[in-house]
Amino acid sequence: MENQFTGSDESVLARLSSVTHHYGSILALDGLDLEVRRGEVLGVLGPNGAGKTTAINLLLGNLRVQQGSVSVFGQDPGALQVRERRGAMLQVSGISGNLTVRENIELFSSYYPAPLAVAKLLSMAGLEDLSGRRFGKLSGGQKQRVMFALALAGDPELLFLDEPTTGLDVDARHRLWDEIRTLEVTAVLSTHNMAEVDALADRVIVIHHGRRIADGTPAEIKSHAAGRLVRCVTCTLPDEIKQLPGVIQAKVRGRHLEVQTTLPEDLVRNLLAQDEELVDLTVEAVDLENAFLSLTKESP
Amino acid sequence: MTLDRRIRVYLLEAHFQFIDVLREPLFSIPVLAFPLVFYLFFGVILNFGGTSMPMPTYLLATYGVFGILGPALFNFGAGLATERDTGVLLLKQTTPMPVGAYFSAKITTALIFGATVVSALFLIAAYTAGVALYRWQWFALAGVLLAGVVPFCTLGLAIGAWVKGRSAVAIVNLIFLPMSMLSGLWIPIYVFGDFMQNMALVLPAYHHAQLALKVIGMDSGQPILLHVIVLAGQTFIFMIVAALGFRRTGGFSIRKS
Repeated sequence: MENQFTGSDESVLARLSSVTHHYGSILALDGLDLEVRRGEVLGVLGPNGAGKTTAINLLLGNLRVQQGSVSVFGQDPGALQVRERRGAMLQVSGISGNLTVRENIELFSSYYPAPLAVAKLLSMAGLEDLSGRRFGKLSGGQKQRVMFALALAGDPELLFLDEPTTGLDVDARHRLWDEIRTLEVTAVLSTHNMAEVDALADRVIVIHHGRRIADGTPAEIKSHAAGRLVRCVTCTLPDEIKQLPGVIQAKVRGRHLEVQTTLPEDLVRNLLAQDEELVDLTVEAVDLENAFLSLTKESP
Repeated sequence: MTLDRRIRVYLLEAHFQFIDVLREPLFSIPVLAFPLVFYLFFGVILNFGGTSMPMPTYLLATYGVFGILGPALFNFGAGLATERDTGVLLLKQTTPMPVGAYFSAKITTALIFGATVVSALFLIAAYTAGVALYRWQWFALAGVLLAGVVPFCTLGLAIGAWVKGRSAVAIVNLIFLPMSMLSGLWIPIYVFGDFMQNMALVLPAYHHAQLALKVIGMDSGQPILLHVIVLAGQTFIFMIVAALGFRRTGGFSIRKS
Protein backbone atom coordinates (compact mmCIF):
# COMPACT_ATOMS: atom_id res chain seq x y z
CA MET A 1 0.00 0.00 0.00
CA GLU A 2 1.19 3.48 -0.83
CA ASN A 3 2.02 5.97 1.84
CA GLN A 4 1.17 9.56 1.17
CA PHE A 5 2.50 11.80 3.89
CA THR A 6 1.50 15.19 2.72
CA GLY A 7 3.14 18.15 4.35
CA SER A 8 4.69 16.18 7.18
CA ASP A 9 7.79 14.15 7.66
CA GLU A 10 7.79 10.35 7.51
CA SER A 11 8.28 9.84 11.20
CA VAL A 12 5.01 11.44 12.28
CA LEU A 13 2.16 8.94 12.07
CA ALA A 14 -0.59 11.12 13.49
CA ARG A 15 -1.01 14.79 14.18
CA LEU A 16 -3.40 17.25 15.73
CA SER A 17 -2.65 20.86 14.75
CA SER A 18 -4.21 23.75 16.67
CA VAL A 19 -7.34 21.75 17.32
CA THR A 20 -10.17 23.44 19.18
CA HIS A 21 -13.30 21.48 20.00
CA HIS A 22 -16.55 22.44 21.71
CA TYR A 23 -19.45 20.37 23.00
CA GLY A 24 -22.14 23.01 22.91
CA SER A 25 -20.77 25.77 25.09
CA ILE A 26 -18.21 23.53 26.80
CA LEU A 27 -14.66 23.92 25.55
CA ALA A 28 -13.04 20.47 25.41
CA LEU A 29 -9.88 21.22 23.42
CA ASP A 30 -8.27 24.63 23.19
CA GLY A 31 -5.75 24.84 20.37
CA LEU A 32 -4.18 21.45 21.06
CA ASP A 33 -1.08 20.35 19.15
CA LEU A 34 -0.01 16.73 19.27
CA GLU A 35 2.33 14.56 17.23
CA VAL A 36 2.67 10.80 17.33
CA ARG A 37 6.09 9.68 16.08
CA ARG A 38 6.77 6.30 14.60
CA GLY A 39 7.84 3.71 17.16
CA GLU A 40 6.97 5.62 20.31
CA VAL A 41 4.38 5.07 22.95
CA LEU A 42 2.95 8.52 23.55
CA GLY A 43 1.22 9.00 26.87
CA VAL A 44 -1.56 11.58 26.94
CA LEU A 45 -1.97 12.40 30.59
CA GLY A 46 -4.55 14.57 32.24
CA PRO A 47 -7.23 14.62 34.88
CA ASN A 48 -10.74 13.49 33.99
CA GLY A 49 -12.39 15.99 31.68
CA ALA A 50 -9.07 17.35 30.40
CA GLY A 51 -9.90 16.49 26.79
CA LYS A 52 -7.98 13.23 26.35
CA THR A 53 -10.88 11.20 25.03
CA THR A 54 -11.88 14.05 22.73
CA ALA A 55 -8.36 14.10 21.31
CA ILE A 56 -8.43 10.33 20.78
CA ASN A 57 -11.86 10.42 19.18
CA LEU A 58 -10.68 13.11 16.77
CA LEU A 59 -7.67 10.97 15.86
CA LEU A 60 -10.04 8.04 15.30
CA GLY A 61 -12.33 10.08 13.06
CA ASN A 62 -15.23 9.60 15.48
CA LEU A 63 -15.72 13.33 15.89
CA ARG A 64 -15.91 15.91 13.18
CA VAL A 65 -13.04 18.40 13.30
CA GLN A 66 -14.41 21.80 14.22
CA GLN A 67 -11.26 23.89 14.10
CA GLY A 68 -7.66 23.02 13.27
CA SER A 69 -6.53 19.94 11.41
CA VAL A 70 -6.22 16.24 12.14
CA SER A 71 -4.33 13.70 10.08
CA VAL A 72 -3.36 10.07 10.53
CA PHE A 73 -0.87 8.46 8.13
CA GLY A 74 -1.14 11.80 6.32
CA GLN A 75 -4.80 11.19 5.56
CA ASP A 76 -8.24 11.90 6.94
CA PRO A 77 -8.50 9.97 10.23
CA GLY A 78 -11.74 8.28 9.15
CA ALA A 79 -10.44 7.05 5.77
CA LEU A 80 -10.76 3.33 5.11
CA GLN A 81 -7.00 2.95 4.51
CA VAL A 82 -6.40 4.56 7.90
CA ARG A 83 -8.92 2.36 9.67
CA GLU A 84 -7.26 -0.72 8.19
CA ARG A 85 -3.86 0.17 9.69
CA ARG A 86 -5.02 1.27 13.10
CA GLY A 87 -6.43 -0.44 16.18
CA ALA A 88 -8.24 1.04 19.12
CA MET A 89 -9.13 0.13 22.65
CA LEU A 90 -11.86 2.52 23.70
CA GLN A 91 -13.84 3.04 26.87
CA VAL A 92 -16.50 0.57 25.84
CA SER A 93 -18.67 -1.04 28.48
CA GLY A 94 -19.29 -4.19 26.50
CA ILE A 95 -19.39 -5.99 23.19
CA SER A 96 -21.71 -8.84 22.24
CA GLY A 97 -22.09 -10.53 25.62
CA ASN A 98 -23.63 -13.71 24.22
CA LEU A 99 -20.75 -14.37 21.85
CA THR A 100 -17.69 -16.20 23.09
CA VAL A 101 -14.27 -14.59 23.29
CA ARG A 102 -13.20 -16.45 20.17
CA GLU A 103 -16.34 -15.48 18.22
CA ASN A 104 -15.91 -11.80 19.05
CA ILE A 105 -12.27 -11.93 17.95
CA GLU A 106 -13.17 -13.80 14.75
CA LEU A 107 -15.76 -11.16 13.92
CA PHE A 108 -13.38 -8.24 14.40
CA SER A 109 -10.59 -10.02 12.55
CA SER A 110 -12.86 -10.34 9.53
CA TYR A 111 -12.96 -6.55 9.19
CA TYR A 112 -9.24 -6.29 8.34
CA PRO A 113 -7.33 -7.10 5.15
CA ALA A 114 -4.42 -8.85 6.89
CA PRO A 115 -5.56 -9.85 10.36
CA LEU A 116 -3.45 -11.71 12.89
CA ALA A 117 -4.43 -15.33 13.43
CA VAL A 118 -7.11 -15.77 16.07
CA ALA A 119 -4.88 -18.20 17.99
CA LYS A 120 -2.09 -15.63 18.06
CA LEU A 121 -4.44 -12.89 19.31
CA LEU A 122 -5.72 -15.20 22.03
CA SER A 123 -2.20 -15.89 23.18
CA MET A 124 -1.06 -12.25 22.98
CA ALA A 125 -3.90 -11.23 25.25
CA GLY A 126 -3.54 -14.27 27.51
CA LEU A 127 -7.00 -15.54 26.63
CA GLU A 128 -6.27 -19.11 25.50
CA ASP A 129 -8.13 -20.65 28.42
CA LEU A 130 -11.08 -18.33 28.03
CA SER A 131 -11.65 -18.58 24.29
CA GLY A 132 -14.89 -20.55 24.64
CA ARG A 133 -16.37 -18.42 27.39
CA ARG A 134 -19.09 -15.89 26.65
CA PHE A 135 -17.91 -12.32 26.87
CA GLY A 136 -20.70 -11.43 29.29
CA LYS A 137 -19.40 -13.97 31.80
CA LEU A 138 -15.88 -12.52 32.02
CA SER A 139 -14.42 -10.40 34.81
CA GLY A 140 -13.54 -6.76 34.20
CA GLY A 141 -9.87 -7.53 33.65
CA GLN A 142 -10.63 -10.38 31.28
CA LYS A 143 -13.01 -8.17 29.31
CA GLN A 144 -10.31 -5.53 28.93
CA ARG A 145 -7.95 -8.21 27.62
CA VAL A 146 -10.55 -9.12 24.99
CA MET A 147 -10.82 -5.45 24.02
CA PHE A 148 -7.04 -5.45 23.76
CA ALA A 149 -7.13 -8.47 21.45
CA LEU A 150 -9.78 -6.75 19.29
CA ALA A 151 -7.57 -3.66 19.03
CA LEU A 152 -4.73 -5.85 17.75
CA ALA A 153 -6.90 -7.89 15.39
CA GLY A 154 -5.84 -6.03 12.24
CA ASP A 155 -2.10 -6.14 13.09
CA PRO A 156 -2.11 -2.34 13.44
CA GLU A 157 0.79 0.02 12.85
CA LEU A 158 -0.79 2.49 15.21
CA LEU A 159 -2.65 1.58 18.37
CA PHE A 160 -4.93 3.80 20.45
CA LEU A 161 -5.43 2.89 24.09
CA ASP A 162 -7.99 5.10 25.80
CA GLU A 163 -7.84 4.61 29.59
CA PRO A 164 -7.07 0.91 29.09
CA THR A 165 -6.94 -0.06 32.76
CA THR A 166 -9.61 2.16 34.27
CA GLY A 167 -11.65 0.20 36.76
CA LEU A 168 -9.25 -2.75 36.91
CA ASP A 169 -7.69 -4.05 40.10
CA VAL A 170 -3.94 -3.94 40.58
CA ASP A 171 -3.29 -7.48 39.35
CA ALA A 172 -5.38 -7.10 36.22
CA ARG A 173 -3.75 -3.73 35.54
CA HIS A 174 -0.22 -5.08 35.79
CA ARG A 175 -1.11 -8.04 33.63
CA LEU A 176 -2.45 -5.79 30.88
CA TRP A 177 0.61 -3.53 31.16
CA ASP A 178 2.84 -6.56 30.66
CA GLU A 179 0.91 -7.48 27.55
CA ILE A 180 1.07 -3.94 26.15
CA ARG A 181 4.81 -3.73 26.87
CA THR A 182 5.59 -6.78 24.75
CA LEU A 183 4.20 -5.08 21.64
CA GLU A 184 6.43 -3.31 19.20
CA VAL A 185 3.98 -0.82 17.86
CA THR A 186 3.43 2.91 17.82
CA ALA A 187 0.79 3.70 20.38
CA VAL A 188 -1.16 6.55 21.89
CA LEU A 189 -2.08 5.91 25.50
CA SER A 190 -4.51 8.19 27.27
CA THR A 191 -4.75 7.92 31.02
CA HIS A 192 -5.08 9.88 34.22
CA ASN A 193 -2.74 7.45 35.95
CA MET A 194 0.87 8.60 36.30
CA ALA A 195 2.01 5.06 37.09
CA GLU A 196 0.53 3.91 33.80
CA VAL A 197 2.50 6.35 31.67
CA ASP A 198 5.54 5.58 33.78
CA ALA A 199 5.14 1.88 33.00
CA LEU A 200 4.37 2.21 29.30
CA ALA A 201 5.14 5.56 27.69
CA ASP A 202 8.31 6.84 26.06
CA ARG A 203 7.04 10.39 25.92
CA VAL A 204 4.22 12.15 27.69
CA ILE A 205 2.12 15.17 27.01
CA VAL A 206 0.00 16.56 29.77
CA ILE A 207 -3.38 18.05 28.90
CA HIS A 208 -5.35 20.30 31.18
CA HIS A 209 -8.51 22.16 30.20
CA GLY A 210 -7.92 21.12 26.60
CA ARG A 211 -4.44 22.59 26.39
CA ARG A 212 -1.03 21.01 26.37
CA ILE A 213 0.72 22.13 29.51
CA ALA A 214 3.77 19.88 29.47
CA ASP A 215 5.69 17.56 27.19
CA GLY A 216 8.53 15.31 28.26
CA THR A 217 9.67 11.90 29.40
CA PRO A 218 7.69 10.21 32.16
CA ALA A 219 10.56 10.93 34.55
CA GLU A 220 10.46 14.64 33.76
CA ILE A 221 6.72 14.80 34.24
CA LYS A 222 6.93 12.79 37.42
CA SER A 223 9.41 15.18 38.94
CA HIS A 224 6.60 17.71 39.07
CA ALA A 225 4.83 15.42 41.47
CA ALA A 226 7.88 15.00 43.70
CA GLY A 227 7.94 15.56 47.43
CA ARG A 228 5.03 16.28 49.74
CA LEU A 229 2.25 18.78 49.82
CA VAL A 230 2.00 20.75 53.05
CA ARG A 231 -1.19 22.68 53.72
CA CYS A 232 -2.09 24.90 56.63
CA VAL A 233 -3.88 28.07 57.61
CA THR A 234 -1.23 30.61 58.52
CA CYS A 235 -0.33 34.24 58.14
CA THR A 236 3.00 33.30 56.54
CA LEU A 237 3.05 34.34 52.88
CA PRO A 238 4.28 32.12 50.03
CA ASP A 239 7.12 34.49 49.20
CA GLU A 240 8.54 34.13 52.70
CA ILE A 241 9.20 30.42 52.28
CA LYS A 242 9.90 30.06 48.57
CA GLN A 243 13.61 30.34 49.25
CA LEU A 244 13.70 27.52 51.81
CA PRO A 245 15.61 24.37 50.79
CA GLY A 246 13.46 21.74 49.11
CA VAL A 247 10.52 23.99 48.33
CA ILE A 248 9.31 23.45 44.77
CA GLN A 249 6.43 25.86 44.84
CA ALA A 250 4.19 27.69 47.26
CA LYS A 251 0.85 29.35 46.78
CA VAL A 252 -2.31 30.41 48.56
CA ARG A 253 -5.45 28.50 47.78
CA GLY A 254 -8.54 29.72 49.59
CA ARG A 255 -7.65 30.12 53.26
CA HIS A 256 -4.76 27.70 52.96
CA LEU A 257 -1.13 28.06 52.17
CA GLU A 258 -0.03 25.19 49.96
CA VAL A 259 3.61 24.27 49.64
CA GLN A 260 5.14 21.48 47.60
CA THR A 261 8.48 20.46 49.04
CA THR A 262 10.98 17.63 49.06
CA LEU A 263 11.87 18.39 52.69
CA PRO A 264 8.51 18.51 54.49
CA GLU A 265 9.96 18.16 58.02
CA ASP A 266 12.19 21.22 57.61
CA LEU A 267 9.34 23.19 56.17
CA VAL A 268 6.89 22.32 58.95
CA ARG A 269 9.45 23.21 61.64
CA ASN A 270 10.01 26.52 59.92
CA LEU A 271 6.30 27.29 59.50
CA LEU A 272 5.55 26.53 63.14
CA ALA A 273 8.43 28.72 64.26
CA GLN A 274 7.20 31.63 62.16
CA ASP A 275 3.55 31.48 63.17
CA GLU A 276 2.37 30.13 66.50
CA GLU A 277 -1.25 30.61 65.46
CA LEU A 278 -0.89 28.12 62.59
CA VAL A 279 -3.79 25.63 62.38
CA ASP A 280 -5.21 22.89 60.19
CA LEU A 281 -1.86 21.43 59.17
CA THR A 282 -1.76 18.47 56.80
CA VAL A 283 1.08 16.76 54.97
CA GLU A 284 0.21 14.50 52.07
CA ALA A 285 1.66 12.95 48.96
CA VAL A 286 1.48 15.14 45.86
CA ASP A 287 -1.09 13.56 43.61
CA LEU A 288 -1.16 14.05 39.92
CA GLU A 289 -4.01 16.52 40.16
CA ASN A 290 -1.78 18.81 42.23
CA ALA A 291 1.13 18.30 39.89
CA PHE A 292 -1.14 19.30 37.02
CA LEU A 293 -2.27 22.37 38.89
CA SER A 294 1.32 23.39 39.42
CA LEU A 295 2.01 22.88 35.73
CA THR A 296 -0.99 25.02 34.90
CA LYS A 297 0.39 27.79 37.05
CA GLU A 298 3.74 27.63 35.30
CA SER A 299 2.36 27.88 31.82
CA PRO A 300 2.23 31.44 30.50
CA MET B 1 -12.10 -3.67 0.23
CA THR B 2 -12.28 -6.52 -2.25
CA LEU B 3 -15.66 -7.98 -3.10
CA ASP B 4 -15.13 -11.42 -1.57
CA ARG B 5 -13.82 -9.89 1.64
CA ARG B 6 -16.81 -7.57 1.70
CA ILE B 7 -19.19 -10.50 1.26
CA ARG B 8 -17.39 -12.38 4.02
CA VAL B 9 -17.76 -9.44 6.43
CA TYR B 10 -21.48 -9.12 5.61
CA LEU B 11 -22.02 -12.84 6.18
CA LEU B 12 -20.01 -13.05 9.39
CA GLU B 13 -21.61 -9.93 10.83
CA ALA B 14 -25.07 -11.37 10.13
CA HIS B 15 -24.05 -14.81 11.41
CA PHE B 16 -22.72 -13.50 14.71
CA GLN B 17 -25.48 -10.96 15.27
CA PHE B 18 -27.99 -13.73 14.75
CA ILE B 19 -26.22 -16.07 17.18
CA ASP B 20 -25.93 -13.23 19.67
CA VAL B 21 -29.69 -12.58 19.82
CA LEU B 22 -30.58 -16.25 19.51
CA ARG B 23 -28.63 -16.88 22.71
CA GLU B 24 -30.50 -14.07 24.43
CA PRO B 25 -33.55 -15.80 25.92
CA LEU B 26 -35.17 -12.48 26.82
CA PHE B 27 -35.23 -11.70 23.12
CA SER B 28 -35.63 -14.99 21.36
CA ILE B 29 -38.30 -16.59 23.53
CA PRO B 30 -40.89 -13.77 23.52
CA VAL B 31 -40.25 -12.94 19.90
CA LEU B 32 -40.66 -16.54 18.77
CA ALA B 33 -43.17 -17.83 21.27
CA PHE B 34 -45.65 -15.00 21.74
CA PRO B 35 -47.15 -15.01 18.23
CA LEU B 36 -47.34 -18.79 18.20
CA VAL B 37 -48.91 -19.12 21.64
CA PHE B 38 -51.35 -16.28 20.99
CA TYR B 39 -52.32 -17.78 17.66
CA LEU B 40 -52.85 -21.20 19.17
CA PHE B 41 -54.95 -19.73 21.94
CA PHE B 42 -57.07 -17.13 20.16
CA GLY B 43 -57.05 -18.60 16.69
CA VAL B 44 -57.21 -22.32 17.24
CA ILE B 45 -58.42 -23.16 20.74
CA LEU B 46 -60.88 -20.31 21.37
CA ASN B 47 -61.88 -19.84 17.76
CA PHE B 48 -64.61 -17.36 18.66
CA GLY B 49 -65.29 -16.31 15.09
CA GLY B 50 -68.80 -16.19 13.67
CA THR B 51 -69.90 -17.99 10.58
CA SER B 52 -68.84 -15.27 8.15
CA MET B 53 -65.09 -15.36 8.79
CA PRO B 54 -63.03 -18.45 9.50
CA MET B 55 -61.06 -17.10 12.43
CA PRO B 56 -57.95 -19.33 12.14
CA THR B 57 -57.44 -18.12 8.58
CA TYR B 58 -57.98 -14.47 9.43
CA LEU B 59 -55.68 -14.56 12.46
CA LEU B 60 -52.98 -16.43 10.56
CA ALA B 61 -52.43 -13.25 8.54
CA THR B 62 -52.53 -10.87 11.49
CA TYR B 63 -50.39 -12.97 13.83
CA GLY B 64 -47.99 -13.29 10.92
CA VAL B 65 -47.70 -9.49 10.95
CA PHE B 66 -47.25 -9.62 14.73
CA GLY B 67 -44.48 -12.20 14.28
CA ILE B 68 -42.63 -9.99 11.78
CA LEU B 69 -43.13 -6.81 13.79
CA GLY B 70 -41.56 -8.11 17.03
CA PRO B 71 -38.07 -9.07 15.88
CA ALA B 72 -37.83 -6.05 13.57
CA LEU B 73 -38.68 -3.59 16.32
CA PHE B 74 -36.67 -5.23 19.09
CA ASN B 75 -33.58 -6.12 17.13
CA PHE B 76 -33.34 -2.71 15.53
CA GLY B 77 -34.86 -0.48 18.19
CA ALA B 78 -33.54 -1.98 21.37
CA GLY B 79 -30.45 -3.61 19.83
CA LEU B 80 -29.21 -0.47 18.16
CA ALA B 81 -29.82 1.74 21.19
CA THR B 82 -28.01 -0.69 23.49
CA GLU B 83 -25.07 -1.14 21.15
CA ARG B 84 -24.72 2.59 20.74
CA ASP B 85 -24.77 3.25 24.47
CA THR B 86 -22.27 0.54 25.36
CA GLY B 87 -19.91 2.01 22.77
CA VAL B 88 -19.59 -1.12 20.66
CA LEU B 89 -20.99 0.71 17.63
CA LEU B 90 -18.38 3.42 18.06
CA LEU B 91 -15.69 0.77 18.37
CA LYS B 92 -16.88 -0.92 15.18
CA GLN B 93 -16.94 2.44 13.45
CA THR B 94 -13.21 2.80 14.11
CA THR B 95 -12.56 -0.52 12.33
CA PRO B 96 -12.81 -1.00 8.55
CA MET B 97 -16.23 -2.66 8.98
CA PRO B 98 -18.57 -1.31 6.28
CA VAL B 99 -21.51 0.37 8.03
CA GLY B 100 -23.83 -1.46 5.63
CA ALA B 101 -22.71 -4.81 7.06
CA TYR B 102 -23.99 -3.83 10.47
CA PHE B 103 -27.41 -2.76 9.23
CA SER B 104 -27.81 -5.60 6.79
CA ALA B 105 -26.99 -8.02 9.62
CA LYS B 106 -29.76 -6.45 11.69
CA ILE B 107 -32.24 -6.79 8.82
CA THR B 108 -31.13 -10.37 8.11
CA THR B 109 -31.56 -11.31 11.76
CA ALA B 110 -35.05 -9.80 11.86
CA LEU B 111 -35.85 -11.61 8.62
CA ILE B 112 -34.69 -15.01 9.91
CA PHE B 113 -36.65 -14.65 13.13
CA GLY B 114 -39.69 -13.41 11.21
CA ALA B 115 -39.47 -16.24 8.68
CA THR B 116 -39.20 -18.77 11.50
CA VAL B 117 -42.33 -17.44 13.17
CA VAL B 118 -44.24 -17.33 9.88
CA SER B 119 -43.22 -20.91 9.00
CA ALA B 120 -44.29 -22.18 12.40
CA LEU B 121 -47.60 -20.30 12.15
CA PHE B 122 -48.20 -21.84 8.72
CA LEU B 123 -47.56 -25.33 10.09
CA ILE B 124 -49.90 -24.79 13.03
CA ALA B 125 -52.52 -23.28 10.72
CA ALA B 126 -52.35 -26.05 8.16
CA TYR B 127 -52.08 -29.05 10.49
CA THR B 128 -53.95 -28.12 13.64
CA ALA B 129 -56.36 -25.35 12.64
CA GLY B 130 -57.36 -26.80 9.32
CA VAL B 131 -56.61 -23.62 7.40
CA ALA B 132 -56.90 -24.33 3.69
CA LEU B 133 -55.42 -21.88 1.18
CA TYR B 134 -54.44 -22.15 -2.45
CA ARG B 135 -50.79 -22.78 -2.95
CA TRP B 136 -50.29 -19.30 -4.45
CA GLN B 137 -51.95 -17.81 -1.36
CA TRP B 138 -49.48 -19.50 0.99
CA PHE B 139 -46.58 -18.12 -1.03
CA ALA B 140 -48.10 -14.70 -1.51
CA LEU B 141 -48.95 -14.45 2.18
CA ALA B 142 -45.40 -15.41 3.16
CA GLY B 143 -44.00 -12.85 0.72
CA VAL B 144 -46.24 -10.03 1.91
CA LEU B 145 -45.50 -10.83 5.55
CA LEU B 146 -41.72 -10.91 5.07
CA ALA B 147 -41.79 -7.64 3.12
CA GLY B 148 -43.05 -6.06 6.34
CA VAL B 149 -39.47 -6.24 7.60
CA VAL B 150 -38.72 -3.11 5.55
CA PRO B 151 -41.14 -0.61 7.19
CA PHE B 152 -40.84 -2.23 10.62
CA CYS B 153 -37.04 -2.26 10.62
CA THR B 154 -36.98 1.42 9.68
CA LEU B 155 -39.45 2.12 12.50
CA GLY B 156 -37.10 0.23 14.83
CA LEU B 157 -34.18 2.21 13.45
CA ALA B 158 -35.99 5.49 14.13
CA ILE B 159 -36.68 4.43 17.72
CA GLY B 160 -33.17 3.12 18.24
CA ALA B 161 -31.64 6.33 16.94
CA TRP B 162 -33.44 8.39 19.56
CA VAL B 163 -33.89 6.42 22.76
CA LYS B 164 -31.33 5.47 25.38
CA GLY B 165 -30.21 1.86 25.60
CA ARG B 166 -31.54 1.36 29.09
CA SER B 167 -35.08 2.50 28.29
CA ALA B 168 -35.15 1.07 24.75
CA VAL B 169 -36.91 -2.21 25.54
CA ALA B 170 -39.61 -0.42 27.53
CA ILE B 171 -40.18 2.15 24.80
CA VAL B 172 -40.27 -0.48 22.07
CA ASN B 173 -42.88 -2.37 24.10
CA LEU B 174 -44.90 0.83 24.48
CA ILE B 175 -45.09 1.04 20.71
CA PHE B 176 -45.14 -2.66 19.86
CA LEU B 177 -47.99 -3.84 22.08
CA PRO B 178 -50.52 -0.98 21.66
CA MET B 179 -49.85 -0.81 17.93
CA SER B 180 -50.42 -4.57 17.60
CA MET B 181 -53.69 -4.31 19.47
CA LEU B 182 -54.95 -1.19 17.70
CA SER B 183 -53.98 -2.49 14.26
CA GLY B 184 -56.18 -5.52 14.76
CA LEU B 185 -53.37 -8.05 14.98
CA TRP B 186 -54.77 -9.81 18.04
CA ILE B 187 -58.48 -9.27 17.60
CA PRO B 188 -59.94 -8.52 14.14
CA ILE B 189 -60.12 -4.81 13.37
CA TYR B 190 -63.81 -5.00 12.42
CA VAL B 191 -64.66 -5.82 16.05
CA PHE B 192 -63.63 -2.24 16.94
CA GLY B 193 -65.90 0.78 16.49
CA ASP B 194 -65.58 3.20 13.59
CA PHE B 195 -63.49 5.62 15.60
CA MET B 196 -60.91 2.97 16.45
CA GLN B 197 -60.90 1.72 12.88
CA ASN B 198 -60.20 5.23 11.62
CA MET B 199 -57.43 5.69 14.19
CA ALA B 200 -55.79 2.53 12.88
CA LEU B 201 -55.26 4.24 9.52
CA VAL B 202 -52.15 5.96 10.89
CA LEU B 203 -50.53 2.71 12.03
CA PRO B 204 -48.09 0.93 9.72
CA ALA B 205 -49.01 -2.46 11.20
CA TYR B 206 -52.62 -1.86 10.20
CA HIS B 207 -51.71 -1.29 6.56
CA HIS B 208 -49.37 -4.23 6.52
CA ALA B 209 -52.05 -6.46 8.05
CA GLN B 210 -54.56 -5.27 5.44
CA LEU B 211 -52.15 -6.25 2.67
CA ALA B 212 -51.71 -9.69 4.22
CA LEU B 213 -55.48 -10.06 4.62
CA LYS B 214 -55.95 -9.00 1.00
CA VAL B 215 -54.14 -12.19 -0.05
CA ILE B 216 -56.80 -14.31 1.65
CA GLY B 217 -59.66 -11.99 0.72
CA MET B 218 -60.46 -10.87 4.27
CA ASP B 219 -59.31 -7.25 4.29
CA SER B 220 -61.47 -4.21 5.02
CA GLY B 221 -61.73 -3.38 1.34
CA GLN B 222 -59.42 -0.39 0.92
CA PRO B 223 -57.30 -0.37 -2.26
CA ILE B 224 -53.88 -2.03 -2.22
CA LEU B 225 -52.33 1.15 -3.49
CA LEU B 226 -53.46 3.07 -0.41
CA HIS B 227 -51.68 0.62 1.91
CA VAL B 228 -48.55 0.53 -0.20
CA ILE B 229 -48.35 4.32 -0.45
CA VAL B 230 -48.89 4.80 3.28
CA LEU B 231 -46.26 2.18 4.14
CA ALA B 232 -43.75 3.63 1.67
CA GLY B 233 -44.37 7.14 3.00
CA GLN B 234 -44.01 6.02 6.60
CA THR B 235 -40.81 4.13 5.79
CA PHE B 236 -39.44 7.33 4.30
CA ILE B 237 -40.47 9.35 7.36
CA PHE B 238 -38.92 6.78 9.74
CA MET B 239 -35.64 7.03 7.82
CA ILE B 240 -35.64 10.80 8.15
CA VAL B 241 -36.43 10.56 11.86
CA ALA B 242 -33.58 8.05 12.24
CA ALA B 243 -31.18 10.27 10.32
CA LEU B 244 -32.07 13.23 12.54
CA GLY B 245 -31.48 11.05 15.61
CA PHE B 246 -28.07 9.98 14.38
CA ARG B 247 -27.20 13.56 13.58
CA ARG B 248 -28.19 14.70 17.04
CA THR B 249 -26.06 12.07 18.76
CA GLY B 250 -23.14 12.52 16.39
CA GLY B 251 -23.35 9.31 14.39
CA PHE B 252 -22.81 6.19 16.47
CA SER B 253 -21.12 7.89 19.34
CA ILE B 254 -22.09 7.75 22.94
CA ARG B 255 -23.76 10.93 24.11
CA LYS B 256 -21.12 12.65 26.14
CA SER B 257 -20.83 16.11 27.55
